[in-house]
Amino acid sequence: MSNFKPLNKKQIAWRAAQDIADGCVVNLGIGIPTFISDYVNPEIEVIYHTENGMLGMGPAPKRGEEDFYLQNASKELVTIVKGGSYFDSALSFTMMRGGHLDIVFLGAFQVSEEGDIANWSIGEKSMVPSVGGAMDLVVGCSDVRVLMQHCTKDNRSRLIKRCTYPLTAKKVVKKIYTDLAVIDVTPHGLLVKELVEGLSFGELQNLTEAKLILDNNCKILKAPAT
Amino acid sequence: MINKCVDSAKNAIKNIKSRDNILIGGFGECGAPLELIDALVDSDIKELTIISNNAGIADRGTSKLLQAKKVKKIICSYPRSLDSYVVDDLYKKELIELEVIPQGTFIERIRAAGAGLGGFYTLVGVGTMMAEGKEIKIIEGEEYIFEKPLKGNVALIKAYKADRWGNLVYKKTARNFNPVMATAADLVIAEVDEIVELGELDPEEIVTPGVFVDRVYKCKKVYDDLLQNVYVKKHQMKNK
Repeated sequence: MSNFKPLNKKQIAWRAAQDIADGCVVNLGIGIPTFISDYVNPEIEVIYHTENGMLGMGPAPKRGEEDFYLQNASKELVTIVKGGSYFDSALSFTMMRGGHLDIVFLGAFQVSEEGDIANWSIGEKSMVPSVGGAMDLVVGCSDVRVLMQHCTKDNRSRLIKRCTYPLTAKKVVKKIYTDLAVIDVTPHGLLVKELVEGLSFGELQNLTEAKLILDNNCKILKAPAT
Repeated sequence: MINKCVDSAKNAIKNIKSRDNILIGGFGECGAPLELIDALVDSDIKELTIISNNAGIADRGTSKLLQAKKVKKIICSYPRSLDSYVVDDLYKKELIELEVIPQGTFIERIRAAGAGLGGFYTLVGVGTMMAEGKEIKIIEGEEYIFEKPLKGNVALIKAYKADRWGNLVYKKTARNFNPVMATAADLVIAEVDEIVELGELDPEEIVTPGVFVDRVYKCKKVYDDLLQNVYVKKHQMKNK
């Protein structure tokens, strides 16, 4: 194996943040996506949606300004920016299911060759099943992007031919950012757009159960130290 | 004269019966009617079906109902949290019936019940285990599943301010499921932080018109210091 260095979680978030355009309305899921807002270009305006009922979610409150009544969907204390709004759950899910959000960034356990996603249950009875808004988010938004480690801790591929965990939805993921690569989900299959320095396409394929296609214009995946 | 205000939590929950389906507002504890829940805990009502987004955090709110063995079944979207040890334990020991629904489908089913609709077709859950046993219909070339309305005998909700007509306004993200649940039960009881004179709430800003609300109870403690402190402490630990 050649010498390559995987991105850390914050670097994966940094890379995803570079693809957000001025004016986008986005929802950041639990896990690695929560770091994205730290790396969005401060020159642009991005509106963050949180499914418990707020548009224009701001950063964590300063000491002394915490407010129990101002929480995000992870039940953490947050703030609201100028122009922000509050609304009820039915309207919040109207935004999500009705296609009114521009990009949804999510974590996942598994993504399939066709863009199926499994991110809410590992199908074991020992864990209380909890779906929350995951299914609504991925079905409603036309630009669903997944941020995840390329492999599990015991080195199994998360990019697989068919998801083995209970599905969140079929054929919805458009783009995948991992610690090793940036991959587009296309009608022809999984197209590798960027690879970390020192990792060959063949080596990436060996680490991946799903079949990959190398883009003619594949670039080096780089992120600043975080 | 219309006066929906009641003087105690005990009187607020009068007429709730064992085996009732109870809608409870709140996303986690934010927007949950904690004093009304406590009154249920202190009552002799049992075998309830709780319809709420979550299933209790730590030993507070809905967790207390579970600990007091008042609950037969929970219908929710997200029972798991870092501190959901009460529901976790009951689920593992198979001492509670749990039905998990995607959150948007959950609230839309409640909305349908409140709006007098017989249900709706949705793309959410198609091709997943959520579709099992449900009617499938092709609409404009796409596969949808049918979801039925979800109604409560009772709704326990939380708002910020009320007047004696039962008009309600909410506070920040504590709004969440409350305004929709207020439309979808035979008996709707609102716990509020403040009761103001009729005419003080701006008609342009009333979120739940009083027609939906049967009783208004002003809470004894406005999310008491304890709860604010729990959240602030957790927040400060994380953001050190």
